[in-house]
Amino acid sequence: MEQVIANGLYLGAQYALIALGLTLIFALMNVLNFAHGQMYVLGGFVTYAIYGQLKLPFVVALLCSGVTLAIIGALMEKLLFRTVIRRSKREESTMLLAAATAFFLDAVMLLLFGEKQRGVPKIISGVFVSERVILPYDRILVGVIAILMIAAFMLFMQYSKPGRAMRALAQDRVAAQLMGVKVERYSMIGFALGAMLAGVVGGLLVSITGVNSGIGGPISIKAFLMVMIGGAGVVGGAIAGGFILGMMESVGLTVLREYGDITYLVIFALLMIFLSIRPHGLMGKPWG
Amino acid sequence: MRRTHAATLKIASAVLFLLCLLVAVPLLINATGRSDLYYTLTSVALLSIISAGVWITFYIGRINIGQGAYALMGGYVSAILVMNYAMSFWLTLPLAGLFCAAASVLIGLPILRLRGVYFAMVSLVLTEVARLLALALPITNGASGIVSIPLPSRLSLFGLTLIPDFATLANPRLAFYIASVLLMALCFLGLYRLAHSRIGQLCQSLQQNEELASSIGVNIAYLRVIAYALSSFLGGVGGAMFASISQSIYPSSFTVADSVNFMLNCFLGGLGYVLGPMLGTFVLYFGWDLLFQTGEFQLLIFSTVLTVLILVLPNGLLSLALPRKRSL
Repeated sequence: MEQVIANGLYLGAQYALIALGLTLIFALMNVLNFAHGQMYVLGGFVTYAIYGQLKLPFVVALLCSGVTLAIIGALMEKLLFRTVIRRSKREESTMLLAAATAFFLDAVMLLLFGEKQRGVPKIISGVFVSERVILPYDRILVGVIAILMIAAFMLFMQYSKPGRAMRALAQDRVAAQLMGVKVERYSMIGFALGAMLAGVVGGLLVSITGVNSGIGGPISIKAFLMVMIGGAGVVGGAIAGGFILGMMESVGLTVLREYGDITYLVIFALLMIFLSIRPHGLMGKPWG
Repeated sequence: MRRTHAATLKIASAVLFLLCLLVAVPLLINATGRSDLYYTLTSVALLSIISAGVWITFYIGRINIGQGAYALMGGYVSAILVMNYAMSFWLTLPLAGLFCAAASVLIGLPILRLRGVYFAMVSLVLTEVARLLALALPITNGASGIVSIPLPSRLSLFGLTLIPDFATLANPRLAFYIASVLLMALCFLGLYRLAHSRIGQLCQSLQQNEELASSIGVNIAYLRVIAYALSSFLGGVGGAMFASISQSIYPSSFTVADSVNFMLNCFLGGLGYVLGPMLGTFVLYFGWDLLFQTGEFQLLIFSTVLTVLILVLPNGLLSLALPRKRSL
């Protein structure tokens, strides 16, 4: 059982990071970023190219993943989403745009990196063994980095000036603008930050599970699940959702093993029941 | 007087369009010998039926990315009824639709309380649920799916043959094409009537403001379940027809990508227009097909064009042709 919980925590830390990026973009722009999974995969590929192929240190590769995705996110916001939000009659049109960018990123990755599963050498070797728990050291390291990043992100949102501005934006866009918050600039920063988070998680995970160009969509779906559990647009909700999903997946895979591959079916069914009782998730605003 | 004139014009153009599809297109295809186009056009017709379902949910202000679930369900219901119970396909077609509608009422009652992005995400998850269910249930035969489904058999009423047995026809593709086009015409006729009926007006009130509508006395819970059931009905019928044409159905026949595409079809055509889903499907499907020659760059070009289209015409293609129709 301790093993299951350890696995769940490790999974949850990463899931929470993915969900954080998605929920940040949603809170600021009211955009459901379909391309989030693709951004994650792209981050993984950047790390693969720099750490796996150019043999540069892992930290450099991770930074590059973050920076690349931040630039892509900023450009996407500035060139695409801003224009469509301004011109469209219905806010939902951004969803179409997000889906189109997801296709686009998929296509680019397919052309650049092919469709093979890619992995990189381990960051550190060795396995932590105690009486109850067995965990490879690289998983522990990745889990710890993820938790540190979550903490850093929350501190940033809480105490820095851009963080405050973004929280104001998420609360009330018009009011924030009236108070002198530069709405456009912080929307862009927020989008870049969300994309960066996705990219960094991708970079972290490529060292453990590897990456291939087809997993973007499923990752997006998982991210949506977490955001739904926790409530859309709420930082705390995303973290809670991430850990809950990670834990459920870990427990489900162990408990339901003999019934075949139905873990996710059970999770979905539970989610439906949960949402019918609490439509806006654990911490979400009603009708976010 | 003007009004009746406009109405006649509309009916005339609709009939003309239908005649074009039923007579001119087959003649053209015969002349050019591109009989593979039948399959493409049939797919467009069926996909636009399924997309029309998504359009109905848009009409009540819900973003539905779960249509693939009902298409898959419809396909399986029809396939199982034909294979295991030796039912006539034409009977299973409405049954598949009704089954989906009933299922959607059960699913819709809780999830239709959600709005905006929440509903969109749940419906997206629904597609994944349907796929996993199809993999896990014994009756759907898991990942290997149901294959070699017989072609639709003869449908007769009082000894009069209404629809001949497709297996005996020289060109079953043409038969499927005509059947699909007729189904599509029926579907969009119904859609047009719905959008211009009292219920349609009420649905629009939901789209604008549910609380307000509810305060005036619109039974919003009832209305949105009805709309969702209609939407799923169309999804089920389209899916059943698809299973019959390809004579097979797998858990991966309709996936999340398909659900997203159905939504894209509606968006691209324009959400404010009844014919939007049809046009959107046509453009998306044909665009994708045409780009097949570009090989590995297919997806890249496709998504770029899509992005540009959204940037230039965020309110749909039809907003170009009918800019004056709606001021709001």
